[in-house]
Amino acid sequence: MNHLSAAVDWLLDAQTWTGPGQLGARATEHLGYTAVAVLIAAVIALPAGLAIGHTGRGRAAAVLSSGAVRALPTLGLLTLAALAAGVGLVAPLIALVVLAVPSILAGAYAGVESVDRATVDAARAQGMNAWQVLWRVEVPLGLPIVIGGLRLAVLQVTATATLAAYVGAGGLGRPLFLGLRTYDYPMMLGASLVVILLAILLDACFEVVQRLLSYAPGLARTGRLREAR
Amino acid sequence: MIEFERAGKTYPDGTVAVGEFSLRIPSHTTTVLLGSSGCGKTTLLRMVNRMVDPTSGRVLIDGEDVAQEAPVALRRRIGYVMQNSGLLPHRRVIDNIATVPRLTGMPRGAAHERARELMRTVGLDSGLARRYPGQLSGGQQQRVGVARALASDPNILLMDEPFGAVDPLVRMELQRELRRLQTQLRKTILFVTHDIDEALALGDQIVVLQPGGQIAQAGTPEEIVAAPANDFVARFLGLDAGRRSLRARPQPGGGWLVSDAGGRPLGVLPDDPAREGPG
Amino acid sequence: MANAGHILGLTGAHLQLSLPAIAAAFLLSLPLARLANRLRPARALILGGTGLLYAVPSLPLFIVLPVLIGTGVRDTLNVIVALTLFGLALMVRSAADALDAVDEDTRLAATALGHSSRGRFWTVELPLAGPALLAGLRVVSVSTISLVSVSAVLGVQSLGSLFTDGFQRGIVAAVAAGIAMTVLLALLLDLLLVLLGRLLMPWSRR
Repeated sequence: MNHLSAAVDWLLDAQTWTGPGQLGARATEHLGYTAVAVLIAAVIALPAGLAIGHTGRGRAAAVLSSGAVRALPTLGLLTLAALAAGVGLVAPLIALVVLAVPSILAGAYAGVESVDRATVDAARAQGMNAWQVLWRVEVPLGLPIVIGGLRLAVLQVTATATLAAYVGAGGLGRPLFLGLRTYDYPMMLGASLVVILLAILLDACFEVVQRLLSYAPGLARTGRLREAR
Repeated sequence: MIEFERAGKTYPDGTVAVGEFSLRIPSHTTTVLLGSSGCGKTTLLRMVNRMVDPTSGRVLIDGEDVAQEAPVALRRRIGYVMQNSGLLPHRRVIDNIATVPRLTGMPRGAAHERARELMRTVGLDSGLARRYPGQLSGGQQQRVGVARALASDPNILLMDEPFGAVDPLVRMELQRELRRLQTQLRKTILFVTHDIDEALALGDQIVVLQPGGQIAQAGTPEEIVAAPANDFVARFLGLDAGRRSLRARPQPGGGWLVSDAGGRPLGVLPDDPAREGPG
Repeated sequence: MANAGHILGLTGAHLQLSLPAIAAAFLLSLPLARLANRLRPARALILGGTGLLYAVPSLPLFIVLPVLIGTGVRDTLNVIVALTLFGLALMVRSAADALDAVDEDTRLAATALGHSSRGRFWTVELPLAGPALLAGLRVVSVSTISLVSVSAVLGVQSLGSLFTDGFQRGIVAAVAAGIAMTVLLALLLDLLLVLLGRLLMPWSRR
């Protein structure tokens, strides 16, 4: 427990947080990586996932790819990208996007598929075109699951962004690895606690959004997409 | 008028849903397609609004081949009511009814006004307008479904077992309401059901279907009950089991007790010669 | 050839870390799931707790855990316990859902036949929940195999060591071999579980 109190002391020290390269800046970096990676992944995966869910085409490939990525070790992906793209920001970002895409893709197509076929059928029978069926029926009704996919992606990316420091990027992994290399246990423990807190906070935000959505009448019950991180 | 001209539907895997079907459905009447599941009745219904395209033959509305029309525009001018209502669960009742007017570009206020008017037409309390479909009873949901189908004031109403999922009492009430509506609105209704009593209650013309969309008999309810064309029709109507050969026995207090051939009581016939008997 | 021996050794180390964790997660998830399904107050606590655990990133947990259980960061036990916790985070929810999904009529019928609550669990609920439990176990197995390698940055030996060594010495082949072996291992274990499931639950074969 000595380490813990030392870690708390370290965390409570104003010096730990302020200034460039300190914890405040690192946390911002960490959130920045997460946001950029998830955003890029969403731009790729949301349209693709919605299209797969709507048309039913390409589903097998999507299922296969998300299964394969689940088995892919994140550290391996990260180091491979770093060796290929060089030390810096690009490599981790590529790895993070690759990790985030399958979750978002799966959420998008599972969300669309979760909508009762009879409802979709009725919407078509009323004279909605494909685009209207997608945006007025399938997307709003499948939204909780689509957001579940984003939630999972954010979770995975936040966790893996910690490893990004191993290949030379910033983020909260920086003080963690620094503490690891210099046997500064309070520092690495403190940094770990901050990462855990950040991850739980982000996840809690999604929890709140999904809870709010579950009060919206008529929406599918919030399904938390469960997959490997 | 709707005409089926040797319309058929064969799926790519070789399944024949409808072999060859020809029928003329006069305007302003109710035609019931009656048959058990798998007889192709829903497929036939869906050919009218191009939810299904026939693989042979054609379907005409007022002499125009529906294949020439864009499906989306066609569907917007044909009302469609289905089992379990098919309402959008995330839209309020009023927005559900206003769906098609909104799709065709009617302003929101006008569409809602129209929707309120329709709620009165189908006998829905205006207090339900702000509810969501999940907050309504099954019977109320079906009324919303009918109101939605009427919203663009279509000439044609397609109804696919619309009252199949509600309990018998509500179903009879909805059938009564539909008859009342029809005397008022005079739409061309194509109605699909597997319920003989429903067919007899609603149809001006009844088409009894055999598997593969084969017409076993087409005629008025009277014709079909009085002179079934073959064993299949007789069996389907329950004529062979004596369900519709009725007997009347005088009651001690006056009037007649009516029962079927098996002796199960069906109702009472009053002693008033001016009234028509049941059946 | 020396490389092959090295990789094989690391594969063994990898399995030594992951297999106990997978097994422990599965076995512990069953009583927890049953408790969650039977006691409403316990349900919120257990499912809420595992849900929270699910959000915790792996590397920080490897580091924080020793404070709680008194192990060293590089101890095998530390890694196994952490992996077990992650496994539980995935497995408890699927086990609770799987057991909950057993048809109520079947359950009532079993009770009517005279099964005790305990007997009913072993003879009716567990076998009927089997296919869903297997699905959950497969997810746990694949994710654990891939997660083990993170511990390599702490200096724990596993296939993940190929990533850290390969990265530091700039050998792409080592990293690629590590990825390939991890995926292969995950697939093999998955296949094994599927076969085991067919053997134990012949009725679920499609």
